[in-house]
Amino acid sequence: MTYLADVAALTRKDLRVELRAQDTLPAMLLFVLSTLVVFHFALPEGTGEDAAYGLLWVAIVFTALLGLARAWVPEQEHGVFDGLVLAPCDRSAIWVGKTVATLAFLLAAQVVALPAFALFFAPLDAVALVGVLLADIGICAVGSLMAAMAAAGRARELLLPLLLLPLSIPLIVGGVGSAISTEPERYLLLLALYDGIFAVLSWASFEYVVTES
Amino acid sequence: MSSAFSWIRGLPALATLAAGLIGLALLLSFFIAPEDGNQGISQRIFYIHVPIALTAYFCFGLGAWKALLLLWRGEERHDLESYVAIHQGTIFGLLTLITGAIWAKASWGVWWTWDSNQLVLFLTLFLFYCAYFMLRFSLPEGPRRSRSSAVYALFGVALIPVSFLAIRLAEDFIHPTTFTRDGPQMTGTMFTAFCVSWVAVTLLAYVLYRVELVGKRLHTDLRELREALE
Repeated sequence: MTYLADVAALTRKDLRVELRAQDTLPAMLLFVLSTLVVFHFALPEGTGEDAAYGLLWVAIVFTALLGLARAWVPEQEHGVFDGLVLAPCDRSAIWVGKTVATLAFLLAAQVVALPAFALFFAPLDAVALVGVLLADIGICAVGSLMAAMAAAGRARELLLPLLLLPLSIPLIVGGVGSAISTEPERYLLLLALYDGIFAVLSWASFEYVVTES
Repeated sequence: MSSAFSWIRGLPALATLAAGLIGLALLLSFFIAPEDGNQGISQRIFYIHVPIALTAYFCFGLGAWKALLLLWRGEERHDLESYVAIHQGTIFGLLTLITGAIWAKASWGVWWTWDSNQLVLFLTLFLFYCAYFMLRFSLPEGPRRSRSSAVYALFGVALIPVSFLAIRLAEDFIHPTTFTRDGPQMTGTMFTAFCVSWVAVTLLAYVLYRVELVGKRLHTDLRELREALE
């Protein structure tokens, strides 16, 4: 019970910081909308809807990267990280809190981006939306761990995409497949499997990457 | 530094054995094994390509196992062992990509094909493990770097089956038709050549792993001695 309370407190902290500073979410929104406009010019006439679905996934992954690159910046800048690690709570709760917060930002950006995509390019059905949700969970779960790893190094903004993109290939396959395949169940299953495996791995290993000794 | 002697014990003999086996494997695969009816001479790269690919998996697996030991028992030496294993795995992974490209050119007339699941998987893994080195070299030396690297190495072995599954699924919408590679039925000598080659390449990788490990450890010891002198 206290674990959930810790997670809720940490998530609330992240959401409140974002609400006051508005560092991340407006940037993500503007980025994803600009990307969609760029796609209009990148896709020649008559390329069909399938290509647009593929590019949607490029937009989603890069928007998530944009948010994740900022995920630990407030903690880094004000030395909050040491405080969090020293706090008498399970360290994995920090990871869960950050994952939920980044997921909230990503979903908020998509609330605008997905209708815009449907308006500009092609309709999205319910199965595709489930695919988006499952892939979002996977990206945020793995991404918040990778961002914590990258945050300790030099050139952290450079490092995160390199760490995360190879890991996100199965998510892109699952996401694109659930949008365009005639048998989307298998792709949703792949996404769920990915989420399960990598969320447990990230949850279990977060403690190791944030403690100093 | 008496331990340096224990590090290299048996290594020259192993290296000689590996070199001999590699020679034997080349002899078997080029001159003894019969020529494949369908693919002709180009099939012979199979005896080199597949053992290298299996060895790369073996190295990645070894790296992850050492990473697990580091996280589990906290013994610092596993960090270097994990790194060296992944380094060797990346080298063999690159060789897999190169030999795979040569095979693709000989069989299908193109240097790269997205139809070969194994090649696509290796490209993904190659990118993943290149990022491992970027991560490792951007973090300051210390326990946190060891453990971050270890966690990333563990993610690698989880990524292998998941990526393989994803790439298999992706075939449906990327390439509806695939090359059927129901491999040639291997005869007795072909199978022998393959097995000898596999053992030889694995042993070679192990020798290289040991050599690199000794080099890295000597380097560390030397640095410590220099610092002690100053």
